[in-house]
Amino acid sequence: MGASNTAQSGTPGNNKRRARVLTVTSGKGGVGKTTTTANLGVAFARLGYRVVVMDADIGLRNLDVVMGLENRIVYDLVDVVEGRCKLRQAMIKHKQFPDLYLIPAAQTRDKTAVSPSNMVEITQKLRDEFDFIVIDSPAGIERGFRNALAPADEVLIVTNPEVSAVRDADRIVGLIEAANRGPAQLILNRVKMDMIRRGEMLSPKDVTDILAIQIIGIVPDDESVVPSSNSGIPVAMNDKSKAGIAFTNIARRLTGEKVPFSVLENSGGFFSRIASIFGGGNAN
Amino acid sequence: MNDDDMVAIKGIGEGLTISLSPTEEWLHITETLARRIDQQSAFFNGAKLTINLGERPVPKYELSGLRALLERRGLVIDLVISDSRTTIEAAQALDLRAEPLHPETVLADPEFAETMPISPEEAGTTGVLMRRTLRSGRTIRSDGHVIIMGDVNPGAEIIAAGDVFIWGRMRGNVHAGAYGDETAVVCALDMIPTQLRIAGYITTSPADKRRKPRPEVAMIRDGQIVVEAWDNNR
Repeated sequence: MGASNTAQSGTPGNNKRRARVLTVTSGKGGVGKTTTTANLGVAFARLGYRVVVMDADIGLRNLDVVMGLENRIVYDLVDVVEGRCKLRQAMIKHKQFPDLYLIPAAQTRDKTAVSPSNMVEITQKLRDEFDFIVIDSPAGIERGFRNALAPADEVLIVTNPEVSAVRDADRIVGLIEAANRGPAQLILNRVKMDMIRRGEMLSPKDVTDILAIQIIGIVPDDESVVPSSNSGIPVAMNDKSKAGIAFTNIARRLTGEKVPFSVLENSGGFFSRIASIFGGGNAN
Repeated sequence: MNDDDMVAIKGIGEGLTISLSPTEEWLHITETLARRIDQQSAFFNGAKLTINLGERPVPKYELSGLRALLERRGLVIDLVISDSRTTIEAAQALDLRAEPLHPETVLADPEFAETMPISPEEAGTTGVLMRRTLRSGRTIRSDGHVIIMGDVNPGAEIIAAGDVFIWGRMRGNVHAGAYGDETAVVCALDMIPTQLRIAGYITTSPADKRRKPRPEVAMIRDGQIVVEAWDNNR
């Protein structure tokens, strides 16, 4: 593992900085890892940063679909690892953002086609030319997860306010601590404020009580996410989407900006209460 | 030097203490000991043997030779007493119980003190201390006690032959007295385990959301697990 760069990235497009590698993971499947990866990629690009999003879910790729780049794939991650193409050839430029690239996963192989050291090598080659490398981890705690974790400077754990998702997230936090990759930060996805108010859903406080890690984003449940994913236009491209705003705020917090959680507030003071729970009303 | 100076044998209760000269040549001592046992085998028969080796540093191969010599005569070493670190370590390496002759001098050496049981009550007591939160999927096993400074999250598990102390929230699975010790206890600052076992007994936490965290102790009383506030135990 080369020198890690956990410092804040500088101004957009600053050539002197080396990329930060962010790995998005969760343990449990279906909590929104791929959606989060795609949206952070788009949000960073919109903020003017140079970004690569990488799909580490070999055999079950779908980051390309959510990014709307499925029909442009020629080479994939396994082709790079096995020397059938140059890294640049496997990087697909986004339709709208010239500084946003996707490295797709292979659809036909499995996780053993890539090793943790392959992942470290590939990210090392990209670090000088980009500000952020966002890696979409597969569900589970096996090889694919270890591949995604190996090059990580920072780990973002996505979870839903459900007991089973939090249980898996807790397991992941333990594994990340054991691998010395922490501290992980938490993204709480698909939060329904009215259900929390009725006591039917775990609150952010309930979740952080168990996980005891810093929360960097609370993404409300938003019906626009599914059609956006289906059409390949991440919600972060839509300034009216509540989830899109939340993902953009996470990206801004990751760049070091202080974005209060109360910005997300939309119905009756819920998030201002959240903000007070996390002290000072911002993520940092 | 006569035999008694070299090998002093004293009966205490049902045990025999054999003190071996710290200065005489080892081979000479063991030959003398073997001869005396062979002469008075009825006297030695079935006795609990304590071997006092004084200040002599007895390496592992010599001690194991002595043990073999005694075992061939049907005798088993119950305890080795010594003021030599070499000897004590050799005894421990051979799974023999060992104690210092003069605890105050031996224990002045901090490195040595660490390996020594200090009093009979503590003899054989071991434990695991962890200063971290145990997260889901983590299991801690110990043949002694377990102390956790941190939370035990749901999905984590502790299995201990002895007691379990949680300086934090106990929300996972815990089994104290796992080899059947019904006197084992589980203590936690906040006791809401998924499942709690002591020896062969098992219980779960009541689903009471209005509870306030308080230090509690779980133990077996009258054939069931009871959980009490720590206050009541003082």
